Amino acid sequence: MGKTILGAAAGLALAALTAHAGVASAQEKRDTIRIGFVTFLSGPAAGPFGVPAKLAAEAIVEQLNAGKAPAPYNTKGFGGAPLELVVIDEAGGTTKQVSEFRNLVSRQNVDFVIGYISSGDCLAIAPVAEELKKVTVLFDCGTPRVFEEASYKYVFRTRPHATMDAVAAAKYLLELKPAVKTYGGINQNYAWGQDSWNDFDLAMKSLRPDATVTTSQMPKFGAGQYGAEISALLQSGSDVIHSSLWGGDLEALMMQSVPRGLFRKSQLILVAGEPYLHRLGANMPDGTIVGARGTHGVFAPESGLNTWLKNIYKAKADYDPNYPAYSVALAFLGLKSAFEKAKIEQLSKSIPMGANKGVKEEMEKAYNLGPSDEQVIAAFEGLSFDSPSGRASMSLGKGHQAVMGTAYGTTKLVNGKVTVTNIKRYPAEAVTPPDGLASPEWIKGGMKPSK
Amino acid sequence: MNQFLAIVIDGVIYSSWLFIIAVGLTLIYGVMKILNVAHGSLYALGAYAATAFGGYWLAQGYPPMGSYGMLVLAAIFVGLVAGPLIERGLLRLVYGKEEVVLVLVTYAVFLILEDLTKLAFGVDPLSIPEPYGLLGSFEIGELMYPTYSLVLVLLSGFVAIALTLILGHTRQGKLLQAVIHDREMAAGVGINVSRVYLITFTVGVMLAALGGALTAPTISVQPGIAAEVIVLAFAVVVIGGLGSLGGAALGAVIVGMVRAWAVHKWPEVELFSVYAVMALVLIMRPKGLFAAPEARKI
Repeated sequence: MGKTILGAAAGLALAALTAHAGVASAQEKRDTIRIGFVTFLSGPAAGPFGVPAKLAAEAIVEQLNAGKAPAPYNTKGFGGAPLELVVIDEAGGTTKQVSEFRNLVSRQNVDFVIGYISSGDCLAIAPVAEELKKVTVLFDCGTPRVFEEASYKYVFRTRPHATMDAVAAAKYLLELKPAVKTYGGINQNYAWGQDSWNDFDLAMKSLRPDATVTTSQMPKFGAGQYGAEISALLQSGSDVIHSSLWGGDLEALMMQSVPRGLFRKSQLILVAGEPYLHRLGANMPDGTIVGARGTHGVFAPESGLNTWLKNIYKAKADYDPNYPAYSVALAFLGLKSAFEKAKIEQLSKSIPMGANKGVKEEMEKAYNLGPSDEQVIAAFEGLSFDSPSGRASMSLGKGHQAVMGTAYGTTKLVNGKVTVTNIKRYPAEAVTPPDGLASPEWIKGGMKPSK
Repeated sequence: MNQFLAIVIDGVIYSSWLFIIAVGLTLIYGVMKILNVAHGSLYALGAYAATAFGGYWLAQGYPPMGSYGMLVLAAIFVGLVAGPLIERGLLRLVYGKEEVVLVLVTYAVFLILEDLTKLAFGVDPLSIPEPYGLLGSFEIGELMYPTYSLVLVLLSGFVAIALTLILGHTRQGKLLQAVIHDREMAAGVGINVSRVYLITFTVGVMLAALGGALTAPTISVQPGIAAEVIVLAFAVVVIGGLGSLGGAALGAVIVGMVRAWAVHKWPEVELFSVYAVMALVLIMRPKGLFAAPEARKI
């Protein structure tokens, strides 16, 4: 008897809980806005990318909730509603991430999802977000293929994709060293490494058709031992070595290659080298061409927003924010802009022209309700907004893919500290394909500015 | 000619590294018939311990050459602590069960150790580059190699010779061989098999940790290095024959040379080359190259 009563009570309690936490309808009252945040908290990507992203997200959410961000972001939270972060670990592979995403949406009832550093995860999550009709902002992954191979209504990416990294690298290199004749590469053998090398190779072939490839090393992701690859590169005598290596792999490569003098004869390009400027120190050869995958970190333009991000981040991490932190800022500030723009439009539409009755009630109802997902999407498409990295425009992928310029620089050891000099900036049109044209086709076609 | 020389040298260096990381695995299997999947995380533990010990030594300002001693000390420490803990605490409980159960238990140990190392050392990459750069580098033709790689080759040779001598020419070694050959008979003639197991497992862990400790100065020690090593060590040991020391050496040389050739001549298949060799060897000799013929027991 006792057991059945207990069972019934438990059942009732469960039913009550799930009914309360049921799927939020588009027009439900938003008192807090729950944002699912997916980033690497373990594994090799955690140290250089995942954890800095999490620290940046926490710092930004705290500031937004307190209304302390610089204008135009000084309203509290999103349109007055405070934000609540639900952080999930991106480690474990794409299959696991898809089920975690479903959990976030149906069990944790998040209003928005911001996340994904790995290109593989982005490609897998986008269709699921579309299926579950949850507005999702991809914040860091680089593959151009998300919006070049499909269109999405609910998925946005607030940072430019990786084609511009490769194209700008080629342009910067040829401006710095016009006499380049041979080039080789060492990249990790997975989507990011292969795409980076292919795009760079295509760009070089387009800009300097008589330059030849010496060798393209593709060690396994996480290999860690590069003795043979370094020997092969030394043997090849390349003028230039291109590398999109990151994380422990990059550190291992540098530790193993610098004592062997690999970069005395070859110019090194580190496409994603910016997060390691302070870590590598003496192991970063002078004169290395580095990128930050955009105008982030040392390449970010001076602005109130940039100073704000640096201050709040350093309070949490005691070193300067690197490019994943800047990507997080783009995502949160972009979503906030879209949300508040949608809210204003919703308010203005709630009062019919010439109405004189019930205006106050209608406005209050609309104000408390918050914009629907459809309204946020409509506001987000084609939006331009400011960030610590500069101004971003959602102008590719039918208004879902952000476009910004980029910059590259050269390292120089000054008083034992690695600095970046000779910074050149490239506007978006010069390094990004136009809407509707896939990156490889655009590069092969001569990279005509998309204007 | 230059490229051929480079391939040979790279092959030798890589083979020595492979031998050191694989020999512990094959030793444990040979004696205890346990495939120790946790081998990779013990390697990682050795690497982390090396950064801790070595980092402490250098931070105190002691002579940098002593950091090499610290690497070896780290390996011994990990062996003496983790070996008995795992063997007495866990494996002892499952001896005699099916091999699948044993593999699952060691896999569980692998997962536990992965998270323990993350708890203890954090997720940020650690490094201890000083021992790598201290000895300078030497030139062969146009190529420059760090002297540390030479040390690795010599050390790996030393380990191979030492193990062969111990196993073949000391009393303890011969007892071990008796246990390898037939455990029941060895127990039957009064050999303390359980103590032999403990010593073997501890030595195996020490060797795994030594591999990690010696590798630590050349890489960035971070979560994830364990998984890489297990697969490679397994491939080497399987090619040579599980349980055979000579097999581990031969397997290491074959894999090292094939991979060095692939990297220089045909980089696209570099990843695949190791497993292609493994598949070929297994097709021709399913138990590996040096597997002893086994009498069928009724």
